Amino acid sequence: MAESGDLFRRIRGRDGFATVALDLFSTTRNPSPCSYSGSAKRLRIGDAIPAAVVAEEDRRDLVDSLSEEILFLILDRLESDPLDKKSFSLVCRSFYAAESRHRRAVTPLRSDLLPAALARYPLASRLDLSLCHRITDAALASVSGALRSSLRSIDLSRSRGFSQAGIGNLAVNCAALVEINLSNATDLSDAAAAAIGRSRNLERLWLARCKMVTDMGIGCIAVGCQKLRLLCLKWCLGISDLGVGLVAVKCKRLRSLDLSFMPITKKCLPAVLQLPHLEDLALVGCLSIDDEGLISLKQECKSLQVLDMSNCQHVSHAAFSSVLNKAPGLRQMSLAYNCLVTHSLASSLQKLSKLQCIKLDGSEVTTSGLGTIAKLALREGLSKCSGVTDEGLSSIVMKHKGLVKLDVTCCRNITDFSLASITSSCTSLASLRMESCTLVSKEGLRLIGQHCHLLEELDLTDNDLDDEGLIAISGCQKLCILKIGICLKIKDEGLIHVAKSCSKLQEIDLYRSLGITDTGVMAIARGFPLLQTINLAYCTGITDDSLRSLSKCSNLYTLEIRGCPQVSSLGLAAIAVGCQKLTNLDIKKCYHVNDAGILFLACFSQNLRQINLSYCSVTDVGLLALASVSCLQNMTILHLGRLTPSGLAAALLACGGLTKVKLHSSFKPLVPKPLLKHIEARGCVFQWRDKPFQVFSLLWFKDTLVELEPSEVWKQHSQEMHVD
Amino acid sequence: MVPERRRPPEASSKSSSSMMSESPRNRKPDLPFTPFDSTNLWCGDRHGRSFLEFSPPLVTQSNGLFGPDRETKSKNQHEPSPVDDPVMDWNPRLMLSNLSFLEQKIHQVQDIVRSIISHEDQFLDQANELAAQQQLVTADLTYIIIQLISTAGTLLPDIKNALLSTNPAVGRPGSNQKQHEILPVEVAKASQYDSLIKDLNSCGGKEDELIKCSNNSGVEASEPIPIEDHDTKDNDDGMDGENLPPGSYEVLQLEEEEILAPHTHFCLICGKGFKRDANLRMHMRGHGDEYKSPAALAKPSKEASIEPQPIRRYSCPFVGCKRNKEHKKFQPLKTILCVKNHYKRSHCDKSYTCSRCRTKKFSIIADLKTHEKHCGRDKWICSCGTTFSRKDKLFGHVALFQGHAPAIPMDDAKVLVTSDKAQVSEASSGMPGNMDYNFSGNTSLDAQSPDLKGVDDGHGCFSPMTLDACNIWGLAEFPHSAYEVSESTFSFLATVPFKGMEKIKFQAAGMMNCSEQHYPVIIYIRSNKGVQVETSIMTDAHARTVSFEVPVYSWHLNPTSAEISICRTQHERGKYYKCRIT
Repeated sequence: MAESGDLFRRIRGRDGFATVALDLFSTTRNPSPCSYSGSAKRLRIGDAIPAAVVAEEDRRDLVDSLSEEILFLILDRLESDPLDKKSFSLVCRSFYAAESRHRRAVTPLRSDLLPAALARYPLASRLDLSLCHRITDAALASVSGALRSSLRSIDLSRSRGFSQAGIGNLAVNCAALVEINLSNATDLSDAAAAAIGRSRNLERLWLARCKMVTDMGIGCIAVGCQKLRLLCLKWCLGISDLGVGLVAVKCKRLRSLDLSFMPITKKCLPAVLQLPHLEDLALVGCLSIDDEGLISLKQECKSLQVLDMSNCQHVSHAAFSSVLNKAPGLRQMSLAYNCLVTHSLASSLQKLSKLQCIKLDGSEVTTSGLGTIAKLALREGLSKCSGVTDEGLSSIVMKHKGLVKLDVTCCRNITDFSLASITSSCTSLASLRMESCTLVSKEGLRLIGQHCHLLEELDLTDNDLDDEGLIAISGCQKLCILKIGICLKIKDEGLIHVAKSCSKLQEIDLYRSLGITDTGVMAIARGFPLLQTINLAYCTGITDDSLRSLSKCSNLYTLEIRGCPQVSSLGLAAIAVGCQKLTNLDIKKCYHVNDAGILFLACFSQNLRQINLSYCSVTDVGLLALASVSCLQNMTILHLGRLTPSGLAAALLACGGLTKVKLHSSFKPLVPKPLLKHIEARGCVFQWRDKPFQVFSLLWFKDTLVELEPSEVWKQHSQEMHVD
Repeated sequence: MVPERRRPPEASSKSSSSMMSESPRNRKPDLPFTPFDSTNLWCGDRHGRSFLEFSPPLVTQSNGLFGPDRETKSKNQHEPSPVDDPVMDWNPRLMLSNLSFLEQKIHQVQDIVRSIISHEDQFLDQANELAAQQQLVTADLTYIIIQLISTAGTLLPDIKNALLSTNPAVGRPGSNQKQHEILPVEVAKASQYDSLIKDLNSCGGKEDELIKCSNNSGVEASEPIPIEDHDTKDNDDGMDGENLPPGSYEVLQLEEEEILAPHTHFCLICGKGFKRDANLRMHMRGHGDEYKSPAALAKPSKEASIEPQPIRRYSCPFVGCKRNKEHKKFQPLKTILCVKNHYKRSHCDKSYTCSRCRTKKFSIIADLKTHEKHCGRDKWICSCGTTFSRKDKLFGHVALFQGHAPAIPMDDAKVLVTSDKAQVSEASSGMPGNMDYNFSGNTSLDAQSPDLKGVDDGHGCFSPMTLDACNIWGLAEFPHSAYEVSESTFSFLATVPFKGMEKIKFQAAGMMNCSEQHYPVIIYIRSNKGVQVETSIMTDAHARTVSFEVPVYSWHLNPTSAEISICRTQHERGKYYKCRIT
């Protein structure tokens, strides 16, 4: 429905609306399920609409004649892009009113917008306050007053400033509240937990990093919220076995329980495993759980489907085996960063008939162990495993033809042989990640494109990929994500081929692909209309032309052109005008970008949230101009030579929504302290960096502008190229 | 029965006599020390030591032969004469059979002593050498004695038990054998003293008494004892983890009087009782100079026993108790202290009542004191009001009952309640939205500060702005201006009170129409240059003025006027009041 948003944007005036409305309904013959009415009713209305619209076409107040139900129907189809709804609401008053009554999820951009948002959306059920850093008790009181009956979900995970009073207010007044995210409320006390315990209907609760909550608090929650289905207690260091045990005794409906990084021991595990519906259990980094506790467990947990025991350093493979034997229904298992994966462990994995996904990232793997695992699993994560060899990997892929997802990141021992067996046996592979498999040759990489046509995600970062390989990859027409960073051999020609066939591509990573020039980028821009994310960092060959062609990609959210010295303000201006959805922008070390470019950005890219301006030629003026971007949250401003402390101060003050600013520490004494305090009080975090100003020498190697960073490994790369 | 380790024979005999429920004081008026209590482990040592120390005079005395010298006697007062010793309740036949064997052994030692004596005749002057030799011998002797006694002491109750029990062989196969080992010791000791004091064999004379005694104890034991099987629960005696096989240790049993005796050491001169031997020794100083010698006052040192001691366990005298050795599942007690605590806890009245809760009773004062430390301080509270001293107990309780929840400590809860109330009243009263604020805030802003055009004014025409303005603001010498407001309930004053101040101070005068004592107020200020500042302050209900500060930097754009809104919640913000800044 992206087009419809544009359409609405065009028709803020009256003329032409009828056609637009007709267009809308003609493109949505098969309406998606809508939330407010039954399907039968909806269909009837849908049938009636064209006639109604046509009949009233001549009337002057055509827009007003549309009933609210019809507008709701339209709005139901505008879920994909938030900007579309905004455009919709700006058409006229009735549209505005309809939109405000239709919207269920509200995410205020800043704390001071909360009252307005509450006033505008009285029926909101989902309130996401993760962008509001200061939420006071009074704000929560106003929330509970305004959304008393409708509020079902609230996210306070990034907010501070509230206390148990506010929480209690929510819990008491909003009876429909089902979901609360209170993660990161590190100063939340037991009293607040007791307040949470009063919302009896709570089903999902996140308390990650609530370190002040003790057993007493979680006990109140366990007794009060007996309908809990999901509970996340990650990093709750104050809660011990007693609290977890009580939760397991009281909240029998728990489906998902996250006990990661908690100081729990074997004492609470029997009760936890006896939860009748437990499906998802995370025990990541529970260092107090040891072999003895796990082996002595007698309870079988038949409902358990997902178990994450990554990083349990005091658990050996024998104990894992015994745990696995007690959870026969396991579908997904993560044993990342743990221990040696041996034959015995693998054979107990093999007994799990429903297992679909195994993550063994960072574990030591023996060949025999891998050979035994080779079964059943539909997805396998072996990233950063040491000991993955050709033999082991081949045995996996040979035995398991249906593998959908394979992650062999940094398995540096595998060669073309593995790749040959992967590509020949697992033709249904949808996701393959094999960053830094350095022994695989370009011939091996070609096999991927030749055989795995169903690939949707492919990560070949830091491999020996060349244009031939890319041409082969162009056979994967479903490709959505392609990461081919640090593939120094790829050139425009390969990209052109990919661009011709893979029209669904949304994300492409060309980090340090030095062979890419404007021609390649132009092909990308033409070939991938849905492109959302592009990384062209250190592609030193690209110029403003690339950006001009990229400006046609109206869906672009993320653009990284770090270290592209030939890019100037002109290109940036084109991007700003063309890609109005742009959210993240990294123009670090684009030395020629100056205030002019930033002014365009400030004027057009009103959705910009994150920007990196380091090393640019931007001055106070540009920075101050950026302040008009109301969404801006994250700025990195290092080494702006012409930036003055006062300019910086003014910009900081003017950007009301800032949450994180990276600054050079030399500014710290120059910017007045009260000002910094004031900004921090608004919810902004300053990160002071003391990086030296890097001086780069730009050299021409083989028709390519190479940036030399003396201390870095890239020097070697370019030198190798030079030798070649 | 006395389970004393290094107790000299006379001591054990004494306590055995005390077992016959005769007052030791009455029976032994001539002996100042009656180590009565079995708990005093050092008592035996003391005797051994004193024997050792007094041996030189003893030898001289034996040199002068048999004349019961008054002086020696006084020096050896606590050296009891075995002849006078009363009955010991061991098997006299066994003892008799071993006596001769022991006699021979003792005679060997005697010979050595005699040789020393003859040497002594030659080297009368060299007292040091003599003393050394004597000490050597006596050390030997005491060593033997101690060894013998220790084993003998362990055996004595076993004999009695064997006599007492209807089934003597029950589970203690070693007892007979031990009897064999130990009886000679007693005899040896006896004969040793005999040989040292006078060459006299009174064994025959003693025998009758011994037999009589054993008969006595037999009679005592033959009384039918109803053995009830009631398992008294006492886990506090530290024996539960121990699983010694029934034959691998000796079992001693103290009598009730011994267990309950408040004093365990008695002065045999005046009869005063003491809990500690050391106190008794101090006390003895008053009875004569002879008790003041360092030797008499010294703590009897441990004589290192070379042979490993057999494992010893204790039985509770209460028949039917699980700690009684007759019980089917007998669990012995580890130490004498355990016996005492167990007996008092399980079989005595609980006479100490906690003064705080008036419900808990204890028979041991230490238990009461332990309880009083925690009594009334149960900090783990359930919502039903039950208190617990331990968190896990509370959680067990909460897990057990529906609807019970852990109760958060009162002070926290209070905060919660009051704040809730505040919310409610706030909601009901609402913010006086119709309040008329009239701001005429004034600050003298110098026209010299560079005027920065707004961002919206157009692109590319920015003059790099400096924050000098801020400094000027902060440092400018503004008069302490108080601007009164004409007709409103609320007035605003913007002042920069003194030099160097980096904030503008606003003051609002008027009545806050609110019922609460203190409540937060949010203040929004926006300048005509688009800068918004938000600050929140706590106000007093009846305060006439509200003052708040805004950082000067907020005003870098040099506004000429500002709008101010005061509200209770963000939600209520609506009406802004103009405030001119000149």
